[in-house]
Amino acid sequence: MKTPINWLREYVNITLPPHELARKLTMSGTDVGAIETIGGWENIVVGEVVAIAPHPNADRLKLATVDLGSERLTSVCGAPNVAIGQKIPFAPIGAQLLDAENGERIRLKKAKIRGVASEGMICSERELGISDHHEGIMVLPTDAPVGIHLDEYMGDSILDMDLTPNRPDLLSVIGIAREVAALTGETMTTTDTKYIEAGESIVGQASVEIHDPDLCPRYCASLITGVKIGQSPAWLEQRLLACGMRPINNVVDATNYVMLEYGQPLHAFDFDNIADRKIIVRRATNESMYTLDGVARDLSDDMLVIADGMGPIAVAGVMGGAESEVTESTTSILLESANFNAASIRRTSTRFKLRSEASLRFEKGLSPELPLPALKRATQLIAEISGGKIASGIIDIYPGNKEVDPISLTTKKVARVLGIEISYEKIVTVLESLGFQCTLIGAGELQVARPYWRTDVRLAEDLVEEIVRIIGYDELPTTLPSGALPAYIPDPFRALKMRISDILVGCGMQEVVTYSLTSIDTLQRIFPQIAPLKVANPITTEQEYLRTTLRPGLLQVLSSNEKHEENGIRLFEVDKVYFPRAGDLPEERHMLAGVLCGTRHNRSWHGESDMLDFFDAKGMLETLFEHLGLVAVFKPTDDTTLSPGSRATIMIEGENAGTLGELHPRLAEYFDISIHPIILFEIDLQILLTATTGPRQYHPIPRFPVTLRDIAVVVDAKTPAKSVQGIIEDSPLVMMVTLFDVYTGKQVSHGKKSLAFRIEYQSPSRTLTDEEVNIDQQKTLDRLSKELEATLR
Amino acid sequence: MIEKLADIKSKALDELSSLADFNELEVWRVRYLGKKSELTQILRGVASLSQEQRKTVGASANELRSNLEVLYSENKDALKEQAFQDVETTAKGYKDISLPGRPIPLGRLHPITQTVNEICGIFVALGFQVVEGPEVEWDYYNFEALNIPPDHPARDMWDTLWIDTESGQRPMLLRTHTSPMQIRVMEQTQPPVRVVVPGKVYRYEATDATHESMFYQLEGLAVDEYITFADLKGTLYEFAKRLFGKERRVRFRCDYFPFVEPGVEMAIDCFICGGKGCRLCSGTGWIEILGAGMVHPDVLRRVNYDPEVYTGFAFGLGLERIHMLRYGIEDIRLFYSNDLRFLRQF
Repeated sequence: MKTPINWLREYVNITLPPHELARKLTMSGTDVGAIETIGGWENIVVGEVVAIAPHPNADRLKLATVDLGSERLTSVCGAPNVAIGQKIPFAPIGAQLLDAENGERIRLKKAKIRGVASEGMICSERELGISDHHEGIMVLPTDAPVGIHLDEYMGDSILDMDLTPNRPDLLSVIGIAREVAALTGETMTTTDTKYIEAGESIVGQASVEIHDPDLCPRYCASLITGVKIGQSPAWLEQRLLACGMRPINNVVDATNYVMLEYGQPLHAFDFDNIADRKIIVRRATNESMYTLDGVARDLSDDMLVIADGMGPIAVAGVMGGAESEVTESTTSILLESANFNAASIRRTSTRFKLRSEASLRFEKGLSPELPLPALKRATQLIAEISGGKIASGIIDIYPGNKEVDPISLTTKKVARVLGIEISYEKIVTVLESLGFQCTLIGAGELQVARPYWRTDVRLAEDLVEEIVRIIGYDELPTTLPSGALPAYIPDPFRALKMRISDILVGCGMQEVVTYSLTSIDTLQRIFPQIAPLKVANPITTEQEYLRTTLRPGLLQVLSSNEKHEENGIRLFEVDKVYFPRAGDLPEERHMLAGVLCGTRHNRSWHGESDMLDFFDAKGMLETLFEHLGLVAVFKPTDDTTLSPGSRATIMIEGENAGTLGELHPRLAEYFDISIHPIILFEIDLQILLTATTGPRQYHPIPRFPVTLRDIAVVVDAKTPAKSVQGIIEDSPLVMMVTLFDVYTGKQVSHGKKSLAFRIEYQSPSRTLTDEEVNIDQQKTLDRLSKELEATLR
Repeated sequence: MIEKLADIKSKALDELSSLADFNELEVWRVRYLGKKSELTQILRGVASLSQEQRKTVGASANELRSNLEVLYSENKDALKEQAFQDVETTAKGYKDISLPGRPIPLGRLHPITQTVNEICGIFVALGFQVVEGPEVEWDYYNFEALNIPPDHPARDMWDTLWIDTESGQRPMLLRTHTSPMQIRVMEQTQPPVRVVVPGKVYRYEATDATHESMFYQLEGLAVDEYITFADLKGTLYEFAKRLFGKERRVRFRCDYFPFVEPGVEMAIDCFICGGKGCRLCSGTGWIEILGAGMVHPDVLRRVNYDPEVYTGFAFGLGLERIHMLRYGIEDIRLFYSNDLRFLRQF
């Protein structure tokens, strides 16, 4: 919200420079985001038009003589609205102003216009940078003192504030002025709203009924007849423009002006268009109406409307209706100043996507005490600027009138929240500066009554905030919590994730973090059978579904990086995927996924490098599992996202923990990745967590010597090496088996392969004899021969 | 026999003087001192000699062995020393040490993980525990339990991504902040509570250099019998010093969050200009880094904590912003576009 400091000055004495005032407001919760300056005009002064003569050579131009107090200058003027007696902004030769055509700063030079020398220029609003008005010259109020600098007369600073939703009272000049008063120790200037009620009584001419008092706690109305609709006076238009509002006509401008000043939205109805001269505040039925913006609105029964004898004429608190709109021909005004239920207004304005200045105020919970003073002020203003006659009396229906209980506040409470004692005197001084009324009812105990505009204050804690925001947070001490340590809350997944990440980083893997939301298309490429959770209001279709797999994100990162990466790429992500559960929040499953591709070693003078392959990824995972104390078994799988022949299911303690394999070329194409092969894995951390839970025990270092034996066996090429190794490992004397060669080729028959193993025989309790080892090895060979048709090579 | 020993001695000494290197010395040792050497044979045979001979031959043979052993050892030391001298004086083993080393692939944590870990570490040192929570939440935890009922104007502070649910089901959303975990933690434990909650949050927001639809927050919550605003100040001041440098100053200004009262925003003095005003701090000298406040009594009541007995403070901060401030990063979108040329810098 924008508030001109000059307007604030009508309510409070301001001696601080604007930036200092802004700082104080910001620190106390009213965030001044920017300060705009109006003015900075060079040499432009207030003048009075004292004579007008025709231009000898041009019909459209006039010669205006302007009195500047010390001298009189003649200006060639083309504005249609120039008239004798006007006070105007005058730019003598040498003054700086804005070019009306292109908005650039120019210095006014001496010039002849159609043969007549002009000694200066009467300025339009656009030339002064006030608005875009350039249809005529700017006319100043008649009381503007001739000869003074325009800066001195109407220069101003405008505070542009970001207000918090709990303070609707600050959406007003008076509200800000109250804050300024409290922050600077000044007192508010009180203004009296006085006017003459020359017309007949409003009672008898108009009536108001409230059918739904829960949605409309108060409705006030006044009646002004004989108004003349026209342009508002310049001072009023200037203020609206400074606050970022567009002037419309004098009556509408007056309601907006009072809304900016008091914070109470008002609405003016053309009284002659109110059927039966009757206002009914009620819930809508299934009806429709045209709002001021010309849009037909379908109303529903949870919306509050202002109706007349025929039907709805306004969406209460949101927007007026087209039929009762104030137009040039309007002569009588019924002025509404009411209080509406905040939630109801918010619901309706949200439904219609109509966030008006009125609804933005009502939805924050205005005080029901506010409509009356605001109505009086607006009635006075309209009568003043549109020449109408005010009907005597005001209609004031107030079914929601409720006593507000005072709040009990103790100095002990203040100390308990803030950690420092604040004297009762100080508390009272601060609260009273903000309009609260304090009554001492016991030692250090106060009863505090809130001022009507502070609808946000309800609890003792709210009062504590009022105190501390005015005295400043710097006044509070700095301590650390002193109590006992809390009970331990384990988060095993976090610990596991950190451990896994550390190991993988040690293996040369780069962690990535990708979006949890993705497109349905990418998800269905991986898990076509799972329906993922959908966002009801996605920002883009690329981020519409919650992922059920980490693979798409990783592959997209790979795709976007491969073009500029010369060396191998190794990526991993440890994060959640989301599986829907009927009637409940989704299961958020912790997963680990990774991709590897490109050269195994970075390009260097140490030689050419092979491409990373299935066994690089497998080796890394085996390292990870070993580190975690897990034994994994890799079994063939039919996962269609991976290439047949190079894909495995990872089994841990009999559970399917995930997959590992070469990305299927179809997916590589889909994700626009040209590098080959791409090795991918995805693992469910729940399985790892379950398997790693529980005590682990150390094994003593063996004290007795190892007997080494190397054997090579020939088996069918399709026999898994793991089956051969499993049989060898079965012997209790075998400590360790290492497969050190795999051979197919001329040396073995077609369809066969040779596997060479180094076997370490060792006993924890004694030295083995050669004979023992020989016998054991023979047993193993017999089993290999019998079970796998293996022959010793 | 004695002559034989003399012969062995003279041959041994003779050969020793012409040895070239360590290998030859070993050959020499085997020849004269080894198990199968003449000398060893003689020594083994001593037992079968007559008592007279045993005495003289035994003594001489043992003396010879001991002499040869000393010579062996001396020569070995001399040869070693010679080899060390050679390392210094010859160019053997010369390498162009300016050649690059054999590259080892280097892994790194994502910058946001590094920031999460670093900040969690600071709070762990201050007695906080790290917990995580669900990212898909009920409206209740994200809003209602935090004093933000439906139709509350404060809902505008969080543009929400809603989950498409069947009609009649409770409204479900992607959490807009980590604050729902305040409620979940308090529901599950009794005071004292001291936790920090890092995690992803989501907003219905068009992305630009300073806005992301997904980002990380860290929530903090401390509840106990005598937690005060001064404790909040002290904790966050300590945090700011540890993260941004011990000379940092902090500033608190009044701000509004429906679930705290009083509510504040904390700023640190600009670490680039030291508070004089520069581009980073938009000329103000201060950089806003987090929102905080005392836990609202209605929030405590909702989790069955008696606000007459317990007080608490809570805070929340955006983690990308912290990382961006520290490294001068000007575009938040760099984090989740995962360009390796960006990730490798941290």
